[in-house]
Amino acid sequence: MIDKNSKVILDVKGLKTYFKTDAGIVKAVDGIDFTVHQGETLGIVGESGCGKSVTNLSVMRLIQSPPGKTVAGEVMFQETDLLKISEAEMRNVRGNKISMIFQDPMTSLNPFLKISTQMIETIRLHEKNVSKAEALSRSIEMLKKVGIPGAEKRIFCYPHQFSGGMRQRVMIAMALSCNANLLIADEPTTALDVTIQAQILELIQKVNVEMKTAVILITHDLGVVAGMCDNVCVMYAGKIVEKAPTDKIYKFPAHPYTEGLIQSVPRMDKSGEKGKLFSIEGQPPNVIDLPPCCAFHPRCHKAIEGLCSRCNPPTHMLDEDHEVTCWLYGTDQEKSAALKEADARQASKEASK
Amino acid sequence: MAKYVIKRLLGIIPTMFIIITLSFFIVRVAPGGPFDGEKVLPEVVKRNIEAKYHMDEPLLKQYGRYILGILEGDLGPSYKYKDHDVNYFIGNSLPNSMILGTIAMCLAVLFGVTFGILAAVNQNSWVDYLSMGLAVIGISIPLFVICPVLQLVFAMKLHWLPTSGWFKSGDSWATVVLPSVALSFSYFANIARLMRSSMLETLRSDYIRTAKAKGMKRSTIIFKHAMKGALLPIVSYLGPAFAGIITGSVVVEQVFRVPGLGKFFVQSSFNRDYTLIVGVVLVYSMILVAMNFIVDVVYSFLDPRISYQ
Ligand SMILES: Nc1ncnc2c1ncn2[C@@H]1O[C@H](COP(=O)(O)OP(=O)(O)OP(=O)(O)O)[C@@H](O)[C@H]1O
Ligand SMILES: [Mg+2]
Repeated sequence: MIDKNSKVILDVKGLKTYFKTDAGIVKAVDGIDFTVHQGETLGIVGESGCGKSVTNLSVMRLIQSPPGKTVAGEVMFQETDLLKISEAEMRNVRGNKISMIFQDPMTSLNPFLKISTQMIETIRLHEKNVSKAEALSRSIEMLKKVGIPGAEKRIFCYPHQFSGGMRQRVMIAMALSCNANLLIADEPTTALDVTIQAQILELIQKVNVEMKTAVILITHDLGVVAGMCDNVCVMYAGKIVEKAPTDKIYKFPAHPYTEGLIQSVPRMDKSGEKGKLFSIEGQPPNVIDLPPCCAFHPRCHKAIEGLCSRCNPPTHMLDEDHEVTCWLYGTDQEKSAALKEADARQASKEASK
Repeated sequence: MAKYVIKRLLGIIPTMFIIITLSFFIVRVAPGGPFDGEKVLPEVVKRNIEAKYHMDEPLLKQYGRYILGILEGDLGPSYKYKDHDVNYFIGNSLPNSMILGTIAMCLAVLFGVTFGILAAVNQNSWVDYLSMGLAVIGISIPLFVICPVLQLVFAMKLHWLPTSGWFKSGDSWATVVLPSVALSFSYFANIARLMRSSMLETLRSDYIRTAKAKGMKRSTIIFKHAMKGALLPIVSYLGPAFAGIITGSVVVEQVFRVPGLGKFFVQSSFNRDYTLIVGVVLVYSMILVAMNFIVDVVYSFLDPRISYQ
């Protein structure tokens, strides 16, 4: 848990990561700001393809380039801009100060190396004075914590001898064995059944509380967010549309998209027609060549005619810690200025034709 | 593993039997025979020769005789060179081709793998362009150009190496150099290109990203995490390539006067020298089958996902 005056350890400002593809420029992450405090658990939620993974890969500078490139922004981690330091300095951050659990457990472990090799090297890479035997026993300990039965023997297996869920747990064990200051967990429990899921989340929570490790938890599952996170960022089409403490977001969702997400969680206690689930209609947009307007407007039941489809929404603080990017909260002044700008844009476009 | 090896070795027997049988009959179906020269032989002479080689017997009987011979390790007499049998030719020439081919292949692997990795790791830099430029040259320039150019430069102009000859025929050891370099060229080129693309693909995979996320050095990532996976396609290529290279190359052997097996591939078929053709085919396929077997074994060592029972 987070206390009020703990330090900011990660401060991301104006982060933009684009991919060059044959179809055009994919603006996977398009101007994102968020902060993580020491000991905080930040949730990032959003539909598939909204840029959650790309955001965090950009923080780690692991975007495949080409085609991807972080074109703008700042990633301040413990007072240094990770986007400006050398590759050698970055190596000392990766796996040492920031560790990451990758989304895809089936392909994220090296199929040619034993689990033991992969775990021991993780520990010994940044803790040079740890002996091999010591690293091995620590790894086994870690595997036990994530619930791998017979860890003493199974650690000498190859990844293909493990099931998908077990591989994910190995990934998690590996990431947790680093004792990093920040743990990025990209959908850590998607391949796991509910009991193991609870166990893993508990483990992450324990690390978070005991070691004061900050956690960024990426997930589809709003139930997980409610149980784990201090703050939540809601992403849509490469942008953060709402950011608030978890309880606020559940009680007073400000953005229509957040509202939709919360309503689409199946709940037993809610009265409603049995067997019927709410879902947000339509598909998230393709993030290639998005026009300068709210990306959510085609699916939004509160969209303002002529405004949301033409102008970029402004960001407003509803509260000291509740931020939303939506025209519903725009002032009249902003609206008329934005409309004027949109008219001018259209005029110049027509003139150039 | 041992069980698998035995199973595979036993599997070689029927394969070889089928290959021998097919080639035995196919060469005889082709028009012309070993004794149909430009000079028409008198009927009696021809009959005598044919009787000597048992060619007057029914085909099946000849086949049986041939198979029995092979079981005793005798590949039969040559129909063209009266004083020698097939064993003599192959026994004398195959070792030379093997020496030449093995050296050439080692060169090709050494340089191909090195250049391929360098190119992949420095993608789109001058190292990459240089390596791939060399590879394109190696693939596109034919041997009958490469060989004389090498002779011209290194033997006639610089006098570093002998023009031709073979150390077993009493020439110096240095005779090995030019033909192996020439022979290795196209194999080097293929291996370099294959290595580059497979290394690039491996470096893009998720598990390499995991290794990067641990904070590993690039060199450790390449050699500890990427190498095994990237080598797999090279190993599969090497099997058949090795079989091809150690059974000789006609052009290289002719230009550098290496007494190798390569020329028999061509000569024996021109001469309709039935036994020599089948003998050469037999040797080639034996080596091919053996190489494929070795490839599979090496594969199982590289890739833990493959286990043979
Ligand atoms: N290598 C790439 N080349 C081109 N586009 C890419 C690449 N990687 C990601 N993208 C695009 O970036 C966008 C965001 O992808 P990202 O993986 O961050 O989504 P996500 O929010 O993590 O989704 P999920 O919940 O499915 O994991 C997607 O539209 C995707 O198509
Ligand atoms: Mg993702």
